[in-house]
Amino acid sequence: MARDWADLVIVDAARSMLAPEPAAAAEATRRRRGMFTRLRENLRKTRQALGAEIQATLSGELDAESWERLEEALIYADVGARTTAQVVAELEREAAAGGLVGAEALSARLVELLAAIARTGDDRIDLRAKPTVILMAGVNGTGKTTTAGKLAHHLSREFGLRVVLAAADTFRAAAVEQLEVWAQRSGAQFVRGPDGTDPGSVAYDGVSAALDSGADVLIIDTAGRLHTQEDLMGELAKVRRVVAKQIPDAPHETLLTVDATTGQNGLRQAQIFAQAIEVSGLVLTKLDGTAKGGIALAIASDLGIPVKLIGIGERLDDLRPFDAEDFARALVQ
Amino acid sequence: MFETLSEKLQATLSDVRGHGTLTEADISAAMREIRLALLEADVNFQVVKSFTAAVRERALGADVIGQLNPGQQVVKIVNDELTALMGGEAQDLHFASRPPTVILMAGLQGSGKTTATAKLARYLREQHGSSVAVAACDVYRPAAVQQLIQVGQRAGAEVYEQGTEKSPVQIAAWARDRAQADGKDVLIVDTSGRLHVDEELMRELAEIRKAIRPDAVLLVVDAMTGQDAVQVADQFSQTVALDGVIVTKLDGDARGGAALSVKAVTGKPIMFASTGEKLDQFERFYPERMAQRILGMGDVLSLIEKASEAFDEQQARELERKFRRQEFDLDDFLEQMRQIRRMGPLQNLLSMIPGMGKELRGAKIDEREFDRIQAIILSMTPQERRHPELIKGSRRLRIARGSGTNVQAVKALIKQFEQMRKLMKVMASGKTPDLQALMRAAR
Ligand SMILES: Nc1nc2c(ncn2[C@@H]2O[C@H](COP(=O)(O)OP(=O)(O)OP(=O)(O)O)[C@@H](O)[C@H]2O)c(=O)[nH]1
Ligand SMILES: [Mg+2]
Repeated sequence: MARDWADLVIVDAARSMLAPEPAAAAEATRRRRGMFTRLRENLRKTRQALGAEIQATLSGELDAESWERLEEALIYADVGARTTAQVVAELEREAAAGGLVGAEALSARLVELLAAIARTGDDRIDLRAKPTVILMAGVNGTGKTTTAGKLAHHLSREFGLRVVLAAADTFRAAAVEQLEVWAQRSGAQFVRGPDGTDPGSVAYDGVSAALDSGADVLIIDTAGRLHTQEDLMGELAKVRRVVAKQIPDAPHETLLTVDATTGQNGLRQAQIFAQAIEVSGLVLTKLDGTAKGGIALAIASDLGIPVKLIGIGERLDDLRPFDAEDFARALVQ
Repeated sequence: MFETLSEKLQATLSDVRGHGTLTEADISAAMREIRLALLEADVNFQVVKSFTAAVRERALGADVIGQLNPGQQVVKIVNDELTALMGGEAQDLHFASRPPTVILMAGLQGSGKTTATAKLARYLREQHGSSVAVAACDVYRPAAVQQLIQVGQRAGAEVYEQGTEKSPVQIAAWARDRAQADGKDVLIVDTSGRLHVDEELMRELAEIRKAIRPDAVLLVVDAMTGQDAVQVADQFSQTVALDGVIVTKLDGDARGGAALSVKAVTGKPIMFASTGEKLDQFERFYPERMAQRILGMGDVLSLIEKASEAFDEQQARELERKFRRQEFDLDDFLEQMRQIRRMGPLQNLLSMIPGMGKELRGAKIDEREFDRIQAIILSMTPQERRHPELIKGSRRLRIARGSGTNVQAVKALIKQFEQMRKLMKVMASGKTPDLQALMRAAR
């Protein structure tokens, strides 16, 4: 069973009443199934037919070469050499101990092992603080702005929450206008600064606006930056401090967007962003392509940062709670 | 922990010396390191497989008695093979015999097409003196047209746009006609990001291609892409027949193995590298440098070239003469500093020196320090610049005031300069300088 929005998000009692009623819940299940069908369909288009390869590998005679092929399959999903070696060694150990017989048992166990790694830390989003401040961060083009828009839409639709979107990307050309379109689409209140302001002051205005209007959630979009740009990482830390001055526990959630096509560099990204701004969760975007986002597994394993959301397209609807089981299965299917 | 493959190989093969030739076992150990390093660099695993096979063959029985130790020998083989695979020579765009030369940009979402479009426009304007127009055909992503309007103008290109109502195919065709009518040399067509498996949008891209008959189709690939890069490139190449690739975000610390994979799969050259968010951070792509980046050997060649761009040959010889005779004065120092700064941010330069990258990764270089130094020297009389030993007491005070610094700063500069002069004397005498000592002295 995939996770629902209600499983991901913690809201106060009055809010959970607003959560989908039975009919709506059925509709949600249908939609969810629709999206996984789509996701699988896309994954199936993978020319390398990874799943078949793993199945073939595991059903035959298990020798050094089988394990090597399994390793390659995980490497191909961007899981990375180290995490891959760890998982395969464990599976090999269990197989040698005689507990696992047959392709089915082996691949079920493989999925379990992978899901267990993916399931790490606190993987929910607590929205009980009013307003809850969510800070979006990540490397250029990974999907911060789009995710901010989609998240605003889901929180207001699923839970009736009132959301403010603050455009703290004051650097990239037309970034503010881009977020403004998302605010219109999702019905969120929109906060922007005058041209040429710094991100800190937009964040400040965002918090003030959220407090003034009694909004439930404030999502702050920031400019894309490479983790190697120290000054820009410092700028992000400053945005955090500005927000914390107004609301001591804020930002309550700091989400790092990671593009599912990202390779091993994703680990460095997560590590350095986490050092600078205490990342509380990942958004794994663009899973609607053929990339499987295995780097998220390496990040979970090495840094203990959970994935909370996945992006599966460019429409308002295309954002979903992360489900470790489904993710693990997609990795090897 | 070893930082680079070349170090790892040296370590793995350190006791091989003396065997005469590399044995099967030596090579297997080395191959393991190579395989891991390449995977760590995101080189596609199919490519890794065929690559290690090729290296193994060359390394087996290779003579290790020569100048190089076995580790170096294998590094050299790996480097040679990698460079060959990356495509040897740097490749240029072909211009149409009758303008406009039409360039179509394509790629996944978020790969950096719009920025690359503007940068390429600026590059062609600066390097070839072309008049360039860019066409805004991303009608899907919110505010993408506004983005191109802004960066296109900043790049000195004319921006052809028709809002977001018309279809990208219509806008592209219209832009082509207009570029012809306006007598532009180059038209660059920016398109929206699309997934290689999105049949509808891939079909649309093929139609754009048909409508504008581009002279070059360029795929924009993010240097941080993982194993999926080959599928993406393959699909795009089948749909729109690529002519080349632009690799973006190379200013980060991604090794960029995706570039190698894309080259291996499509056979198309990587033409340009995008290395920052500023419009002028865009260069021709040099395959051998990329091979070295993937191996972690430092971008020595890049540094050499940057240096030769900035330094006039003649001036360099003149300087060398001065070093030797110890005639090097503060005027020369100022000139040198200016030339070095012309090569780009010092941080970038230092990271290109092998071994230096690691040492100085954490070191902060305050570029404003140079402004202060410059101000101090400019506040001296020509006489003082030639004979810094004259600068004492009231002169020092005058210079401090004139440059808006203080007496300590002036003193420190002159002391540093004297140390540098000594160092240069050593260098000019032909002894190899100790780089570490040089760095310490420069601080
Ligand atoms: N297919 C797909 N595309 C996505 C997804 N999320 C974002 N995108 C697209 O990726 C591109 C970049 O997304 P943005 O939201 O602008 O990314 P960003 O991180 O805000 O980018 P910068 O602010 O420029 O650093 C856009 O074309 C989005 O439509 C996703 O889940 N799937
Ligand atoms: Mg953005």
